[in-house]
Amino acid sequence: MRWTLLALVVVTAVAGDLLQSREMKRAGESGESLAGIQGVLKTIWRRRALLLSIGCMAVSFFAFLALVQREPLSFAVPASAATFVLETLLARFVLHERVDARRAAGAICVLAGIVLIAR
Amino acid sequence: MPEPATTAARAQTGAVHAARLILLVILLKPFSNLLLAYGERHFSTAPTLNPLLYIASLFDPFVAAGVLLQIWWLLSRMRLFSTADLSFVIPVTAVGYVLTTLLGKFFLHEIITPARWSGIALVCLGSMLVAGTRRSTTGGNQA
Repeated sequence: MRWTLLALVVVTAVAGDLLQSREMKRAGESGESLAGIQGVLKTIWRRRALLLSIGCMAVSFFAFLALVQREPLSFAVPASAATFVLETLLARFVLHERVDARRAAGAICVLAGIVLIAR
Repeated sequence: MPEPATTAARAQTGAVHAARLILLVILLKPFSNLLLAYGERHFSTAPTLNPLLYIASLFDPFVAAGVLLQIWWLLSRMRLFSTADLSFVIPVTAVGYVLTTLLGKFFLHEIITPARWSGIALVCLGSMLVAGTRRSTTGGNQA
């Protein structure tokens, strides 16, 4: 059960973030008004993929709550920090962002830091 | 074609706006986590997958306030995504983990071990490294 929950946490978080990043970048580039909370809510209504991304994040949130009820935080937090690695890789290969050595090193430092914080 | 001065002013305004959003996203998550952790302590810690129990916990004022901050955090982070890369936002806003740990120490009296202090230093270093890169490397929002 622990690995199923962990997989659910990671996969849905990564999918949600990728969808949000792609759709919001497109909204920004097409000049949609994003001023204030109202502007973001209108964009969510216009771009249904954002609703899907919020659904993914909700599943990830509840799966994480279920995971920390069964497993110690010292397992759940570092294990779910795997999202950092996956998201950085997918940002490079799916969203075509430029992940240079400095950005990659920063992401690895953050990942190592989170693992230590959760110990 | 826009004047160079106008373009520079726009870029500066965009950078200030993004910096404000980054700060907001960094601050909202730890305070939301603190309220949720404090509120959830009133409820049973028995493992469950029953969503009704989680929904019932929403009626606790601390949990409700934590959820409202989570929603504000989500919408603010979405605005940030419109002008910044995913591979920029995720590590830079990870400073929130540090604040969560410090809030746990000061408000919930949790213990920070030397290993955790090392982790805090690493997260800060990683966030600073990424913060020094361009905010956006795709499309027209390169800054």
